[in-house]
Amino acid sequence: MNIKSGFPLPFAKRYGKDLYAGALIFLFGIGAISAGITYNIGSLSRMGPGFFPVAVGAILVLVGLAIAFTSKRPDVHAEAKEHLPPEWRGWICIAAGVLAFVVLGKYGGLLPATFAIVFISALGDRQNNVKDALILALGMCVICTVVFWWALQLQFPLFTWG
Amino acid sequence: MIEQSLLNLMQGFGVALQPHNLMWSFFGVLIGNLIGVLPGMGALSAISMLLPLTYTMHPVPAILMLAGIFYGSQYGGAIGAILLNLPCHPPHAVTCLDGYPMTLAGKGGTALGITMISSFFAASVGIIVMIFASPLLVSIAFKFGPTELFSIMLLGLLAGGTMSKGSALKGVAMTAMGLLIGIAGTDVNSGVMRLTFGLPELSDKVELVALALGLFGVAEFLRNVNRMQVIGSGTKVRLRDMRPSIAELKQSFMPMVRGTAIGTLFGAMPGTGPTITTFIAYALEKKISKTPDRFGHGALEGVAAPEASSHSKTQVDFIPTMSLGIPGDAVMALILGALLIQGIQPGPQLISEHADLFWGLIASFWIGNVLLVILNVPLIGIWVKLLRVPYRYLYPSALFFIAVGVYSTNNSLFEVGEVLVFGIAGAIFAALDFHVAPILLGYVLGPMVEEYFRRALLLSHGNMMVFVTRPISATFVACSALLVLLQVFFWARGSFTKRNTERRLREQRASSERLPQ
Repeated sequence: MNIKSGFPLPFAKRYGKDLYAGALIFLFGIGAISAGITYNIGSLSRMGPGFFPVAVGAILVLVGLAIAFTSKRPDVHAEAKEHLPPEWRGWICIAAGVLAFVVLGKYGGLLPATFAIVFISALGDRQNNVKDALILALGMCVICTVVFWWALQLQFPLFTWG
Repeated sequence: MIEQSLLNLMQGFGVALQPHNLMWSFFGVLIGNLIGVLPGMGALSAISMLLPLTYTMHPVPAILMLAGIFYGSQYGGAIGAILLNLPCHPPHAVTCLDGYPMTLAGKGGTALGITMISSFFAASVGIIVMIFASPLLVSIAFKFGPTELFSIMLLGLLAGGTMSKGSALKGVAMTAMGLLIGIAGTDVNSGVMRLTFGLPELSDKVELVALALGLFGVAEFLRNVNRMQVIGSGTKVRLRDMRPSIAELKQSFMPMVRGTAIGTLFGAMPGTGPTITTFIAYALEKKISKTPDRFGHGALEGVAAPEASSHSKTQVDFIPTMSLGIPGDAVMALILGALLIQGIQPGPQLISEHADLFWGLIASFWIGNVLLVILNVPLIGIWVKLLRVPYRYLYPSALFFIAVGVYSTNNSLFEVGEVLVFGIAGAIFAALDFHVAPILLGYVLGPMVEEYFRRALLLSHGNMMVFVTRPISATFVACSALLVLLQVFFWARGSFTKRNTERRLREQRASSERLPQ
């Protein structure tokens, strides 16, 4: 099996996605149980706040194990068409855009936040250049001012400091 | 009882036809259709984006508008599926199979016309079933105590997890994740903060809109950015093309009826999603067709039956959602969430306590479907143009609308952050072949499931047998057990037949290698 063909692929290819999926669910289950036992579990007739999280956590642990153990090696012939590299640029830009909205919304106001989320996330697409993103962001700023600030009277100042 | 229902329905029309309510219904259908048509946006993202708008409205127009958004976006999704082979709402994946080949053959307009006719027909049947079945169900539902409610919710959750799409185990895992997210926040009985990671903002539960927009909005953008290639099909659909001929109408009439019947049947079952219904309707048509080869190459029946089944299923789905408080799929879960936010507890009392809402909603279904037909006749040209909005402009703008929409629910920037967290989580889950829709089902039902479970065991002094000794509850538990057993059976048979076919393939290959020599 070719190990050099891109970072996460041979990994996933070798063990199958299901193993990781199962492990993830298993971990969530463990997390729920460990959080649940810190609250009061109580008894069946008088349940405490911890009972339900522990029960759901136990289900997650079991299901996670079941997913992991029933995972099969993926069919090499069927997998061949789905080899897409992870889209880091898109992911980073979208995440950064939303974060910028949160931060600038607090320390800048609605307009800077709007501009930032549209501009930054638009750069995530490889076909968009800075000019496209700029025009789109400015256009959304206008829409935002008219629709949300003026028409819908959103409780969000256009500009603010802290 | 039937006369009473009809009388109530008349009253409902009175409510729904009030200019104020009619306007919101119209607005919902228009906006829903608009958003549904945009590539990559489905009914779920449309409803969750507009949910914040309804918070300040009265319950009746709010629900009328949401229902309008729902079928508007559903129909909009069908346009994308037929003309561009883009299934934005999972149930339309089946419509693509034959709808897109019809477009390629220059019959896209006819396919759209048939879709409209079958959805209107199916919705009407579904509404009639709703009118007569709801009071009946309510009279049974009054016998439900916490034990029964827990059992039926268990069945709904199991069915929602196992029967939606993909691996059943993964569906169950997602449902359980949803339950967990649903109970995060302050425990109503003890006041303990649970699963809040020490964040005071989370003490008031995870925001429904943030969860839905994260899972179905941001996660979709993360999955599709730089991947979604929207190529305008160049089809021009005119009004004239949408009118099917008499022969085509005849050809699609029986599939329409059968699709409607399947949808109605499945709608009554809590937890079965619309996707599975459309697949069954399609498979049935293919099975009983005299010329099964045509399917997948533009068979009209392959468009009419699944569309009819998904629309009748949707209508009938409102029955368990409204009268028991148990949503059939993620969209219904959203509508249920909206009702809860409005302070309306769905359940058997809803029909008697909020008669104007319930019957107004039913009447508005009809009005909304008529509005949909009227709207789409002149606007179809615009929708077709909208289909070509490049994804690179679409998703940044949509991201902004999501951020502002979430902010406006509680004027909280923290919840905008929640959207990002759920978006990334949803994209990771989707990358691992999970289907995230059951999360929403679990989230809405989570607190109720816990509450009924606690109450049932409090009343029985901790005796778990109470779930199988009470007859109604025992029926639901038996159904759940049957469901699990069936899944295990299919899984076992599946791995068996797979091994068999693999062996046969190997033998075949071996023999074919031998042949040429």
